[in-house]
Amino acid sequence: MPKVTIDGQTTEVAPGTTILAAARQIGGALVPPAMCYYSKLKGSGGKCRTCLVKVAAQSAANPNPMPKLVASCSTPVADGMVVANLTSPEVLETRKAIVEFLLINHPLDCPVCDQAGECDLQNLSYAHGLQRTRYEFERRTFEKIDIGDRIQLHMTRCIMCFRCVYTADQVAKHRVHGVLGRGDAAEIGTYIQNALDSDFIGNVIDVCPVGALTDKTARFASRVWFLKPMDAHRACTKCSGKVALWVKGNEVIRVTGRRGAYGEVEEFICNECRFDRKELGDWVVEGPRRIESTSVISANHYTDLKQLHIVTQKHLEARRLAGAGPEGSRPRGPHEGGQADPAALISG
Amino acid sequence: MILEHAGNAEARTLAGWRKLGGYASVEKALKGMTPEQVGEEVKKAGLRGRGGAGFPAGLKWSFLDRKSDKPRYLVCNADESEPGTFKDRYLMEHLPHLLVEGMIVSSFALGAKTSYIYIRGEYMYLLRLLEKAIGEAYAAGYLGNDILGSGYSLDLHVHPGGGAYICGEETALLESLEGKRGNPRIKPPFPASQGLYGCPTVVNNVETIATVPHVLRMGGEAYAAIGVGKSTGTKLISASGHIKRPGVYEIELGKVSCEEFLLSDAFCGGPKNGRPIKAVIPGGSSVPVLPLALFLKTAKGEARMMSYESLADGGFVSGTSLGSGGFFAMDESACMVRNLWNLTRFYHHESCGQCSPCREGTGWMEKVLHRLEAGQGRLSDIDLLVDIAKKIEGNTICPLGDAAAWPVASHIRHFRHEFEYHVKYPEKVKDPRHGEREPVAMPK
Repeated sequence: MPKVTIDGQTTEVAPGTTILAAARQIGGALVPPAMCYYSKLKGSGGKCRTCLVKVAAQSAANPNPMPKLVASCSTPVADGMVVANLTSPEVLETRKAIVEFLLINHPLDCPVCDQAGECDLQNLSYAHGLQRTRYEFERRTFEKIDIGDRIQLHMTRCIMCFRCVYTADQVAKHRVHGVLGRGDAAEIGTYIQNALDSDFIGNVIDVCPVGALTDKTARFASRVWFLKPMDAHRACTKCSGKVALWVKGNEVIRVTGRRGAYGEVEEFICNECRFDRKELGDWVVEGPRRIESTSVISANHYTDLKQLHIVTQKHLEARRLAGAGPEGSRPRGPHEGGQADPAALISG
Repeated sequence: MILEHAGNAEARTLAGWRKLGGYASVEKALKGMTPEQVGEEVKKAGLRGRGGAGFPAGLKWSFLDRKSDKPRYLVCNADESEPGTFKDRYLMEHLPHLLVEGMIVSSFALGAKTSYIYIRGEYMYLLRLLEKAIGEAYAAGYLGNDILGSGYSLDLHVHPGGGAYICGEETALLESLEGKRGNPRIKPPFPASQGLYGCPTVVNNVETIATVPHVLRMGGEAYAAIGVGKSTGTKLISASGHIKRPGVYEIELGKVSCEEFLLSDAFCGGPKNGRPIKAVIPGGSSVPVLPLALFLKTAKGEARMMSYESLADGGFVSGTSLGSGGFFAMDESACMVRNLWNLTRFYHHESCGQCSPCREGTGWMEKVLHRLEAGQGRLSDIDLLVDIAKKIEGNTICPLGDAAAWPVASHIRHFRHEFEYHVKYPEKVKDPRHGEREPVAMPK
């Protein structure tokens, strides 16, 4: 098993693992960001260059550094490899440059974009971008196109990650769209106006790292941070039926796959689940989804401020003496057998 | 050597080519040598790839995965589209059988049963010439089943591209040959293990393959005796620009000085219009430009020779690269800002759009340069360009990003005063031919 050291942390991985996968195995802040790589899509990655890292030593046998920065998503590890991500000023400098390049032809229309709040590019530019732009020329713009009656394509926002192309090939098995044109004139399109209508094609919305592909059944219905994401499932003949419901009151505003670690969905869902099941009654609600406390989506879910219980050794001792469990008097959630109170759940 | 029979109409037909000693290498290799021996000769010859990077061909061949049970392929890269380079066109036009001969012996050395010549779409007339030559070779038994009774069979196809510069990059070429969009692949895996249709593949330039018959004719060691050091053999240089005698020249590497090549009547013949030469790009548009003084003499004061090593002396700070041999010279009437804008416009147009630094950066540089060229730029634009170029270089999937960044960096490094001139005198530079009226003086 090859051993690889990333930012000073060593881990053992299976042979053939990429640097990015090894970093994800370690987890935490040292994981390079990825805009085009999607672990569930074969062939994806290598294009956006945000995951470039420095290989300080190629392997135990060859401790020389690699001459250029490499894309961590497509470079396999070797035994004894030493990688620098956050610890390399060169990598951080380059990443800043890549973010600048990605934003050159991005409209930065986050205030009117449905993706805002769950946008990979937004997160990336907050983490690595500049405060201002040095680009003074006109940005490329496109008319919005309806590709099918449920999906809208707004090429102006696209960063050419190619994920939707791989999704159509591998998940939907039927591709009618692709990349047309070359260079900065390249665009996603169907050439002759065509509808994306195969069974799993709705997943292109989930894999899109920006707001270029959006769900027409939920466009402009609500900002994501006003919605409460709930895990839910239904018996579906086409897919696993396991989805995330985005709820406002008793209304299901939109249905997506369960986006988990690194913005990737756990399972791809079918178009019926995504577009046609917009009643709460269609679903078995499992409970609220966990949201990172740093995410803007969690912002509006704190209904009130609660006092934090600080449990000290002294408290525990007192409770043990009183015969109570170590859990204390905190109200118990549904997972723990208590009453389900949505407001309390989401704030928890 | 390579161009020995160029211009001789006889060399274009198989019968004539055989009269001139053609196809002798095929007979020699297939009848009396093993594939390994052919590869060994090429290795001994020290033949370096003539497409631009100068990677040793014998070494490239030895990387080919021979253990795999998949078929192997040889692909000839005839997608010559580097601005300033037109040597392969000349070679294929005048000596189509030399390329076919080279393809047969090289394929034999690599154990390829099917080989391709990928030719750029603009060379359609050459495609017909090559197909005619291949047809003749099939009829004469040099191609097809059981060539010359040796038991070795080879099919050779010519495939035209759509005219994209990026398809000259070997993995983009393979994608295009497979019928896909010509996007470079992410390496590794390299073509030597997974190339065309996922099979082990070698991609070589036209000139490299056309040299192989000569290597076999002379023997590897005799070939290595030509030239100097690691720059063995001869190289075709396509010369153009403000010179009296533009054309394709064959030089012995390391034996011709840059001064001789530029000024002697045997080669370029010196400046055309009586104006002194200002700058030279010796290896196709992507290699760094050099001011005349640095082109003739290295930073150390030694005379510069036409060889891989001597031209690269000084790195990219005071040196350049032999590249593909697309030599062009500019006299003092040329505007370096306009020249750079033109080159950058090319790279912007030819970027495949796959990876972000090149897709967005080339367009950005072109726009800034356009502004400077039109006299609407600022001094800060010059540093901005250097910064963008630095951030593209080395961060892209394929070398097109580097190829776009190097000219920008070198033009500004050596001719910053012309960029400043464009900022200072916006009225004067409105005329695109301002250099003819009033050349911008080189700083002392």
